Amino acid sequence: MDIIYTIWLRNMKRYLRSKSRIIGSLGMPLFFLVILGFGLNSVVAIPNVSGNYVEFLVPGIVSMSVLFTSIFSGIQIIWDKQFGFLKETLVAPVSRTEIMLGQTFGGATTAIIQGTIILVLSLFIGLSVSGFWGLLIAFGFMALIGIGFTSVGIAIASKMEDMNGFQLIMSFFIFPIFGLSGAMFPIDSLPPAFRALTMFDPLTYGVEGIRYGLNGVSQIHPLVCFGVLLAFSVVMIGIGAFLFRKLKS
Amino acid sequence: MKTVVVEHLTKKFGSFVAVDDISFDIPEGEIFGLLGPNGAGKTTTISMLATMLRPDAGTATIDGHDIIKDEDGVRKSIGIVFQDQSLDEELTAWENMDFHGRLYRIPKKVRLERTAELLDLVGLEERKDDIVKTFSGGMRRRLEIARGLLHRPKVLFLDEPTLGLDPQTRNYLWEYIEKLSREMKITVIITTHYMDEADRLCGRIAIVDKGQIVALDTPENLKKRIGGDVITIKSPDYSQKIADLNESWIENIEQYDGFFSVALHDAEEHVSELIELLINRKVKITSVSVHKPTLEDVFLYYTGRTIRDEESGVKERMRMTGKRMRH
Repeated sequence: MDIIYTIWLRNMKRYLRSKSRIIGSLGMPLFFLVILGFGLNSVVAIPNVSGNYVEFLVPGIVSMSVLFTSIFSGIQIIWDKQFGFLKETLVAPVSRTEIMLGQTFGGATTAIIQGTIILVLSLFIGLSVSGFWGLLIAFGFMALIGIGFTSVGIAIASKMEDMNGFQLIMSFFIFPIFGLSGAMFPIDSLPPAFRALTMFDPLTYGVEGIRYGLNGVSQIHPLVCFGVLLAFSVVMIGIGAFLFRKLKS
Repeated sequence: MKTVVVEHLTKKFGSFVAVDDISFDIPEGEIFGLLGPNGAGKTTTISMLATMLRPDAGTATIDGHDIIKDEDGVRKSIGIVFQDQSLDEELTAWENMDFHGRLYRIPKKVRLERTAELLDLVGLEERKDDIVKTFSGGMRRRLEIARGLLHRPKVLFLDEPTLGLDPQTRNYLWEYIEKLSREMKITVIITTHYMDEADRLCGRIAIVDKGQIVALDTPENLKKRIGGDVITIKSPDYSQKIADLNESWIENIEQYDGFFSVALHDAEEHVSELIELLINRKVKITSVSVHKPTLEDVFLYYTGRTIRDEESGVKERMRMTGKRMRH
């Protein structure tokens, strides 16, 4: 536990110190929220969902923020590899699994903080929270998305030599996961073939879960969301730990 | 007592044998040098001893721990300063130390005491709360050494510790390393391709070339083997004309590309005689130098090349590979 905490602590210190990263990674979600939210609010009506489009969109953008931050936190291991710091941890008398778990929880925590900032900012543009328990549910789902996708990032970083492939991963992996997740549109109104595709996207269950917490309604039952996302996170921790253990220093 | 025992250690990368069946041992408290050109297998050897690379054959023990069977035991008893920097630049000097202390599970009280003590020892006490990004190369090196000592290792590995540092900082680090081995009885394994560094610091030196140890002794003994003095003569056309030189005061003649060296006692007395002999044999002489043997001569004697030749060869090869990869 102490080692996991040590790695987590380092992640926190680095995160809180890099003001530009905090502000920089808020840019895109806020842009989406404001432009799409206000731009489409008056022309879009969501069937079977109460409230307006902005309220519908907020959980999606919170998920997006958590997704981006967590994958990026995992991939940061590549920087540690390039700047040599990874050697320092790998040659210490600690297990690789502990290092990987510390990194995962560190990444998930930063992701939750980023998601929370978006959530708080959303209060100013019309989000009304349904209560304490709803918030707690939302945070639970943010944590699961964070843990699952930081593990994905670590798994990717364990296989990558440098940051050259990052653009590729951004375009063909992270954006599709976001786009297919139903963060911006209700999955019920999709054509069947397209809808099936969104069901394979783990983020869909995160978005729906957070939506249940914040809006009080969702198109997938929250327990199903919880089950699927929990399974996804556990499997990804397993894969991430396995690949990280095989990483050559 | 032997702190480090290495037996028939071998590592291959594909068909290239990086470390070829080397064996040696080091008593407690000795500064042991691995001297050789880049690519000779020094870093590979250290990586295997530090459990970062698995040997293909042979084994080693460090402070009684087997590097294959007891990785954690080895890791607890060693400290490493890598060839490339391995600090977290976003953290302060103190935070880097603290992170290391936590990783090695040093209790908080001891951790705080030792961190303060070591930062003071390497002269970084005043900068302890500054972010490492703002440190110079020498300061980073000193911080890395302090960090490597935090968990009181039995053996400290220093992989090219003074590479790229200015002469003043190098001197400072040398004094510091000597002090460590003297006062804390730490066994130090240092790799270097600087002859003067090895000569100055090491109790014994292993000269490594192409993955093998070609000579292992104290710097004094290594130099003694060459003879009392060395006269190096540059000449474009000596080859046939000196083959049968057999004056009684000549101990050894080594021939190289474009020059040859004569090992002998009392060079001052015999240098004019030697020149006379060569002129009589119509050897053209470009330059003559007389000096006490250095490790450079020792390296030349055992490998037939100067360490600088070897370096440029490696660089040339790297450039070629680089070009091939780009196209």
